[in-house]
Amino acid sequence: METMLKNKKIQVTGLSKENEVVNITNRENGAYPVRMETRNLNVKYGKVSAVKNISLPVYNERVTALIGPSGCGKTTFLRALNRMHDLTRNASVTGEVLLDGNNIYNPKVNPVTIRRKIGMVFQKPTPFPTMSIFNNVVAGLKLVGIRNKALLNEVCEKALTQAALFDEVKDRLNSPGGSLSGGQQQRLSIARALAIEPEVLLMDEPTSSLDPQSSSKIEDLIHELKKNYAIVIVTHNLQQAGRVSDYTGFFFLGELIEFGETEKMYTNPAHKRTEEYLTGKFG
Amino acid sequence: MRSIPENKTLFQRRLWDRFMVGLLLLSTILVMVPLLIIIGYVIVNGISALNWEFFTEELGSPARAMQGRPTGLIHTILGTAVVDLIALIIAAPVGLGAGILLSEYPDHKLNPPLRIINDTLNGMPAILKGLLAFALIVKPMGTFSGLAGGFALAFVMIPIIARSTESALMNIPWSIREAGLAIGLPRWRVVLSTVMPAARTGLVTGFLIAFARAAGEAAPLMFTSFGNNYLPRHWTGMILGPVDTLPQRLYSLAISPYKEWHAMGWAAGIVLLVFVITLFITARFLTRVKKED
Repeated sequence: METMLKNKKIQVTGLSKENEVVNITNRENGAYPVRMETRNLNVKYGKVSAVKNISLPVYNERVTALIGPSGCGKTTFLRALNRMHDLTRNASVTGEVLLDGNNIYNPKVNPVTIRRKIGMVFQKPTPFPTMSIFNNVVAGLKLVGIRNKALLNEVCEKALTQAALFDEVKDRLNSPGGSLSGGQQQRLSIARALAIEPEVLLMDEPTSSLDPQSSSKIEDLIHELKKNYAIVIVTHNLQQAGRVSDYTGFFFLGELIEFGETEKMYTNPAHKRTEEYLTGKFG
Repeated sequence: MRSIPENKTLFQRRLWDRFMVGLLLLSTILVMVPLLIIIGYVIVNGISALNWEFFTEELGSPARAMQGRPTGLIHTILGTAVVDLIALIIAAPVGLGAGILLSEYPDHKLNPPLRIINDTLNGMPAILKGLLAFALIVKPMGTFSGLAGGFALAFVMIPIIARSTESALMNIPWSIREAGLAIGLPRWRVVLSTVMPAARTGLVTGFLIAFARAAGEAAPLMFTSFGNNYLPRHWTGMILGPVDTLPQRLYSLAISPYKEWHAMGWAAGIVLLVFVITLFITARFLTRVKKED
């Protein structure tokens, strides 16, 4: 797969009615294919606008960090990327979110299939309280009817290994997920998200409730995972955003103030607001 | 610095505090005393009639008791179990379904009317639920029956189960549902496999409380299960024919002119009390275990 990506000019065929073909440039040219894209995305809670007219690309095999002061709309934006707002009663989403060129808000699209492709890890660890570690990891497969024991075992081991948790729990896969420590529970949540093999991974402040050691494990993990996924991470930790991300979007009051390569933004921000935030003058 | 003006001395404040705590204690006692009086009174009056025959014999005619022949309420105890179980079998799935809709589908257009209807049903006098069962089941069947009684009691249970299911499910953090959706599970699957297992003690507690409430109802049974002095020859007779139940038998024994039957009525009261209190304590215990988790 790796070599294929390197040597060939890849064509990704969109599934939309128009059958549009998205040409993706070769990675050797330094550009990565756009996996997801928002176009004029707006999210409102009742009459309050939380995300205003945001257009932003998410590159494949890259990490995109969303930063900004509290209440700036980063989490709201992230949740719009896999239709998590569908369940929030007074939230309304307008604009487009494209996954491989197809609008996921198209009324014909089933949000369940979208969420299988776009996994999400939340701020707080959320193990299913009545399930064992094993069942937590494979929940996304087992509960949709996959019963093949060998397959489930394989998936479980792979996901836990990816999430850097396997060695710590391999002898007690049948104990309850809630018996793990906070950091382990968060890695369990990540393993659960990876087990369904999504294409994009959304992470909402995945390390905010963790100790530094667990945080650095998860950061290593993000580095590892970006080889196969497009990752979007919301974080309050500017150093973390600097360490893990390739692209950064700076949000302020529901608007995207600046988007670009992390290195460039951190060394030479284009907007005054961004500079002030990055240097700790506000936020 | 200006100090806040004192309008009472420390002594006055303490006195006031004592007085208020005293009032609270008084209310507590007023709540507890009636229960203790009822329990005590029922036990004192009924204990003499509680013997082996009480649990093995059927009631029969008043002559049995007056002539000192063995008599008891086995048919009443079994009848209560049958009628209440029929009610639970009908009410559990219906109440559970309604509770799930109330809790998990707040945006559903049936949610607001269901909430109003459920609250109305909960407040509706139980005897009207008996009337409904009479019209829908007794009339067409042409006979009083345990089925009709169970049907009437089911309507006592349904709003209670719906409400307790709703609150048990609402106690489960919303994040669990989002976590389920985020791994691509359909909404119903999230409720069934992640939310409901997490809420299971709360759900069972709701069933027990509804069961205990309905088990104490006499009014809706008077013209549905009707009552019976004898044990039906075949167990199906309890479902398809008139059947005895404790609350209602208690009433009919109490208004009878025979003093032997009065004692048996008190004894029936003891059995009913023990039954209901056991259910409530179990429910209470289950809830407590859950909170310690």
